[in-house]
Parts: sequence; structure tokens; C-alpha cells
Amino acid sequence: MQVFPFVVVVWILAVGLYGMVTSRHLMHLIMCLIVVQSSTYVLLLGVGYKTGAVAPYFYDIPVHTPAVDPVVQALALTDVVVEAAVTALLLAFAIQAHKRFGTLDPHELVQIKG
Amino acid sequence: MMAAHAVVTPYTVSPALMDVLQVTLLVLVAAGATAVALTRAPVRQVIMLSGYGLLLALLFLAFQAPDVTLSELTVGAVALPLLLLLALAKVRRREK
Amino acid sequence: MSPRLRRWLFLAGMAGLAAFYLWGLGGLPGFGHYPGPYGDIINRIAVGQTKATGVVSAVNFEYRGFDTVGEEFILFVAAAGVATVLRHLRGERERPARDQAADRDTPPTSGAIRLVAVALAGPTLVLGWYLASHAQTSPSGGFQGGVVLATAFILIYLSGQFLAFERFSPVDVTDAVEAVGAGGFAGVGLAAVVMGLPYLSNFLGLGGPPGAVSSSGTIALISFFVGMEVAAAFVLLVSELLDQTLLVGSG
Repeated sequence: MQVFPFVVVVWILAVGLYGMVTSRHLMHLIMCLIVVQSSTYVLLLGVGYKTGAVAPYFYDIPVHTPAVDPVVQALALTDVVVEAAVTALLLAFAIQAHKRFGTLDPHELVQIKG
Repeated sequence: MMAAHAVVTPYTVSPALMDVLQVTLLVLVAAGATAVALTRAPVRQVIMLSGYGLLLALLFLAFQAPDVTLSELTVGAVALPLLLLLALAKVRRREK
Repeated sequence: MSPRLRRWLFLAGMAGLAAFYLWGLGGLPGFGHYPGPYGDIINRIAVGQTKATGVVSAVNFEYRGFDTVGEEFILFVAAAGVATVLRHLRGERERPARDQAADRDTPPTSGAIRLVAVALAGPTLVLGWYLASHAQTSPSGGFQGGVVLATAFILIYLSGQFLAFERFSPVDVTDAVEAVGAGGFAGVGLAAVVMGLPYLSNFLGLGGPPGAVSSSGTIALISFFVGMEVAAAFVLLVSELLDQTLLVGSG
């Protein structure tokens, strides 16, 4: 349990990258990119966790209760929403590539020049 | 400053139970990521991605991060699969 | 480079990366033994300093507000980028494809889906509004509230009424709302500069007991602007992609 979450992080990264490298369809590639991005969220939250602590919201609990790190949660939270919008931009590029070249296979797209 | 609402002591579970929960969810997330990356058909992969977003949200909840859970749930299970399906519909329509 | 060679090259590289990563893990304090002072300090002083009981939102909009301005503008630029990329070739591609959809017979939306979608659109709107305006008290905030607000508009589309979706969120109005949201955030920061304080410092009164909706000064205001901007950005993204699918389909 000391290092297991971080091992899972590198496993998700490896699996997502493998899917991207051996992909034959641009949409499949974009979804594997989403999986790779999710590994960073798990890493961020895993770094900030404290055993036996609660969520950092002091609405009805005393202020000095041990709580997990709020800074990494703030980072992960904006991360999730912004990367969805950037993925939409990637989807727009994929649509335009399909319109111009008629194919969504990355291996064939590489060979088209100009 | 007087708080306008009652102050309670937080409900905690034993660390062993929390460990079991987190390990189970981590294993499920790893399996979900493998399944998503190895599914080749795009439409099927979108559904798997939606389920994977749900699993991730549960994992974030077990890591005591309710804000990130909310974000991941709305984005990963609703907004992102919708955008992907719209793009797929556009691409497949032109293939016909 | 053949696919087999590519696969083996990737596996070799990934093995090296994983080896380095696991070697570096040996120096970490281990999962659950959080050492750093920053998180503990913020947990201790945030409620006293900003009267906000939701510490994560206080970090997002107050202690690290400048990072959040940057992230919000990434979102803004991504939405603008999608509009630009998908608008470029639309004029030429539209004409030849108009006849192809004449024989397409799409099944009508089932009654159950329409009922559930229409019934849930109102409560989703209220939930999104609640989330966007209560950033400082509980697990909520501009980003999540904005996405839930966008989901309410998307439910209208999913109930089969694309024309109603167009009428509820015309592109000019959505563009304007997004610009107001993004500009409002930057404007709140600039207002602090005008008063002689550093950019984005909390200049409104921190009134109210900790946890009241009117507490924490600019955090609530900024969260409201961010909610508007994120909702408008997602509605714009969905409507751009929808226009793409309808271009070929509408006879």
C-alpha cells in the first residue's frame, strides 16, 4: 500500500501510450489520450493523501481536523474541465482531417504530403 | 466568529477498511484503463470511457476529494462522451 | 517504420521509463505519509483568512487565483479554436452533400427519453446554479457548476428538440456570455489593481460568518463568472459539433 497507487499510475500511463502507439483510428487515439491524462489526476491526488484524514471542507467540522492537501485537489479539478475542452479541439482537427483526406488512419495520414 | 450551523466531529472509518476500499478501486481503475485502451471499435470505446469515468470518480471519492469527483463525473461521464459521439457521427456519416 | 518495429520500440522505451519511475518511487515518503508543509498551513489558516469553509475553492480563486485565470483562458481559447477550425471549410463542403440524406429514415426519439430529459432539465439548471454560487461553503465551485449548467442545455437537445436547443442558446448570445465570464474574471483582478492593491487580491469585504453565502469576498464573485464562462464554452462546443453533423444530414 505504500507504493501501490503510484504503480497503478505508471500502469495506466503505459497502457494508454501503448494504445496510442498501435492505434489505427484517430478517434481511438484521442480516447487513449484521455486515459493517459487520467493517470495524472490519480498521481496528483495520491501525492496529497494523508492516512486517516478527511476532505478539506470545514463547513461543519472543527477547523483543526487533519485534512488532505487542498492544493493538489485544486490543480486536478481545473485540470479535468480544461482538458475536456482541449480534447474537443483535437476532435475538431480530426474532423477536418477526415474531410480533407478521407481517412482517419494515422499510418495513412502520415504519408499524405501537401 | 460564531458559526451559523452545528459543529460535529467527522465520521471516520478504520484505516484498514479505507485501505481495502482504495486498493479495490485502484485495481478496478487499472483494469478499466486496460479495457478502454484495448477496445478498438470507436463507439464501443466511448461507452467504456463513460464507465471508466464513473470508476475514476469513485476512486477520487475514496481519496477524499469530492470537488474533483464532481468535475470528473460531469465531464468524464457526460460531456466528453457526448462530444466524442457527435464527432463520430459526423465522421461516419461522411463514410457512407 | 513497420508496426511491429514500432511496437517493440515503444515497449523498450516504456520499460526504461518505468524502471526510472519505480527507482524514483523509492525516495518518496510513501502513500499516505504526506510530508509537505504547504497543505497543512493552508488548511490551518484558510478559514480564518478568507472566511471560506471550502478550502479547495479558496485555493483555486484566492491563493492561486492567477493560475486559475490562465486555465480559464485555455478553456476560452479552446472554444474559440473549435469555432475557427470547424468554420473554415464549411462553405465549400456544404453543397455537394445535400442530396445524400433524402432516404435516411431516423427513428423518432422515444417518449420515455423525452419525458425524462425534459423533466430533468429544470432541476439540473437549479443544481448547476447552486454549485456555481456556493464555491466557498461546500464541495462546489465555478468549474463543476458550469459543466452541470451546460448539461441542462444539452438535455434539451437529447430530448429530440434540436430546434429548441438552437433557440435556447443562439450562438451570438452564448458567445457574449462566454466573453463576459472570461472578461469578468480578469476584470475583478484589474479592479483590485485600480484600487492600488496587487492583481486579484481580495478587496471586497469578508462579511458574514464562515460558510455563509455572502462571505469570502471576491471568491464567490469569481466563481460565478467562471461558472458562466465554462457553461457557455461547453454549450458552444456541443453546438459547433452538432452543426457539423447536421450539415450533411439536413436535406
